[in-house]
This record gives sequence, C-alpha cells and structure tokens, in this order.
Amino acid sequence: MYSQGLIGADGRTEESEAFLEAFQKRIDAEEKIEPKDAMPEGYRRTLIRQIGQHAHSEIVGMLPEGNWITRAPSLKRKAALLAKVQDEGGHGLYLYAAAETLGVSREQMTEELHSGKAKYSSIFNYPTLSWADIGAIGWLVDGAAIMNQIPLCRCSFGPYARAMIRICKEESFHQRQGYEIMLTLCRGTPEQKEMAQDALNRFWWPALMMFGPHDKDSAHSEQSMKWKIKRFSNDQLRQKFIDATVPQAEYLGLTVPDPDLRWDPELNDGKGGYRHGEIDWDEFWRVVKGDGVMNRDRIAARRKAWEEGAWVREAALAHAAKREGRRAAAE
Amino acid sequence: MKEETPLWEVFIRPRNGLAHRHVGSVHAADAVLALDAARDVYTRRGEGNSIWVVPSAAITASDPAHADETFDPTADKIYRHPTFYDIPEDVGHM
Ligand SMILES: [Fe+2]
Ligand SMILES: [Fe+2]
Repeated sequence: MYSQGLIGADGRTEESEAFLEAFQKRIDAEEKIEPKDAMPEGYRRTLIRQIGQHAHSEIVGMLPEGNWITRAPSLKRKAALLAKVQDEGGHGLYLYAAAETLGVSREQMTEELHSGKAKYSSIFNYPTLSWADIGAIGWLVDGAAIMNQIPLCRCSFGPYARAMIRICKEESFHQRQGYEIMLTLCRGTPEQKEMAQDALNRFWWPALMMFGPHDKDSAHSEQSMKWKIKRFSNDQLRQKFIDATVPQAEYLGLTVPDPDLRWDPELNDGKGGYRHGEIDWDEFWRVVKGDGVMNRDRIAARRKAWEEGAWVREAALAHAAKREGRRAAAE
Repeated sequence: MKEETPLWEVFIRPRNGLAHRHVGSVHAADAVLALDAARDVYTRRGEGNSIWVVPSAAITASDPAHADETFDPTADKIYRHPTFYDIPEDVGHM
C-alpha cells in the first residue's frame, strides 16, 4: 500500500558542482538512474530512507488487516483479505529488494524498524476495531496509497519505479474490495451502515495525513522533486485524493467527517475541487513519533515474528551449509 | 549467528517463446528455498511459467563508469547497419 510523504528526508550532499550538474542533466532528460550508476550521496540516502519507509509500511500494514482474517464475515471476504494481506507482504519484499540495490542490507533495515529508528506510515498505528475498518482501509488507505504510488512509477530511480509498477497493478483490487465491503454495509441494516460511518469517521483524517505535512512545512520535498524521486507535492496529492474520494462517500450515503468541507469552483485552476478543514498536525507528529494507539503493539508484533522465526532462518542456513559440504566432498 | 541469508536474483519467463526476464530478488538459504520464495513473491497472478534464481554474488556486471569505452565504439561503425549500403530501388526489397 502505503507510501507516505517521506518523513525527515535529508537530501544534503557534498559532491562537486560539476558532478551534481551532470547528474541533474541526466534526471532532467528523464534518464533512469540504475543502482551502480554514480549518484549524489544525498540522492542515495533519500532513496534508501524513502524506499525503506515504504517497505516497512507494507509490512507493518499487514498487521491491522491481519487482525480480521479469522473473523471475516464470509469465506469470500476471508479469501480476499488473505490475498490482499499476502500482496502487501509481497509489496514489502519488492521494495526491500529495490532498497538493497542501493547498498543497504535487509538485516540493517529490519534492525532499524525494530529499534524504532526507521519510520513507517502513521496510518498503521490506528487500531482496526470493527469489520467496517477493513472496508475503510481498502477504500481510503489503499486509495491514498494509489494516489501516492502512481507517480512513483515514473521515479528517476529504476528499481523503485519498476517495483512501483508491479505494486500499482495489484493495488486496484485492494481498493475495490474495500469499497465493496463499505457498499455492502451501507446497503445493509441501519446498524451496519452505522459501522461504516464510524469507520469513515475514524479513518478519514488519518488517511489525509498519509500524504505527509503541508508543502510549506515539508523542508526536503523540493530536492526530491528536483531529483524526480517525487513528481507531485504532498498537498497536490492530498487534493487529488479528496476530490476523488468525496463523491465516492456520497455514493455510499456516508458523511465525510469534516464540517468545513466544501466545493470550490476556483480550485484546481478553475476545474473545481473540495476545500477541506484544518488537519490536526499535532496528532500526526504524535503518531509518527511513537505515541499512536498501536505503535508499541505493531513493533512488538514485528519483533516477535522476527525472533520466533530465527530458528527457521538458522536451520535453513545450516541445512544449506551441510548440503553444500556434502556436494563438495562428493566431487 | 549473524550470518546473512543470501540474496538471489529472480528471472521469470512470462510464457513459452519469450526470454526469462529479471524481476527482482529474494533472500533464501539455498536454491530450493529461493525458488519457493520467488514463486510466492513474484508469481501470484500468472506472471510466468518458469523461474530462474541465480545467486546475486555470481553476477559479474559491466561498470557503468566505463560505459563510454565499452559501448560507444559501436556508434561509429555505421557500416554494420543495412541502411549504410546503397541499393537501387529497381532491385526491389532486400
Ligand atoms: Fe501495498
Ligand atoms: Fe494495498
């Protein structure tokens, strides 16, 4: 799913003027940068950080949805949710592989996630309290992720762009299955519709926060745009998401929990768009920095999986070494 | 215990008649596990009917810093291309 506006990128770099200029020329010519190409340290660092955060978000993102697999209301929903969560695991792995081409190891990235040094999308630090949350996540969270990820398919770094193309192909099913859950609930009993509304109420604002801070507060975003790691600013992507999603909420007969939301025909260069109310950035930073409802649980769950899987990794390596030894001895 | 699980490059053939194509990488202790992981990670929607896995460490790559010396000499050998040769139109398609 889920790339977030990058948190805390540092694009500072110390190469010579001539080197940076030559690099920028390649970028401006829309040449893709491949792993072994010469690149500014700041470019490499920004990408390692962004792709790592993105990968961690996919992996941690399996947890809130995994929470409902055993309680899915039908076999059809269970099969779909299992497939979706498995996709998210796959997305994490494509992205770790892309980051590794830049010289960071998987172990290092895993370690940074577990120690709290690496960030992941703030959205996954909210709990999934009812089945409707699974609908809201597919619809809103995967929907926001798609907005973020489609332009990343044209990212200047080849392995990231290629991973994003694979991921985007798979995301559409995620959003559609979520919206279908919402639709079914909204066409059900008043209580079921109430569940859907409650899920929208809780996930709307966190979904808007997924695009990251406002452009004016997003210090390093300009360099990322110049290097074509990013193609649209946080606010541009957020606006696109709102404009696409509000009519979908109306179709469901649900109310977007923003009293200041209103159509403004002047927005988007006169094409019209929705103006939204103030986003609670204090909440955003609290959650990013570790004080969301689920931060501790999420990291604890990842650590537990890693530690309890250690014997499997060790046994597999021991087995491989033994077989290799036998093969060598037979030669 | 700090031994790292090796990295494998994954190549998939979408269908018979096409070449295997690089799709990404996986970590696995040995080739059998690498094939399993590659299947799970890269072929969930009928992306292929054949997988190759190759230890990443076994790949030797050309150096992009020497790309000019390596590949530029082909640019001035225009006589390697069919359009270099003048054949009268009367001869017909050749
Ligand atoms: Fe994903
Ligand atoms: Fe997704």
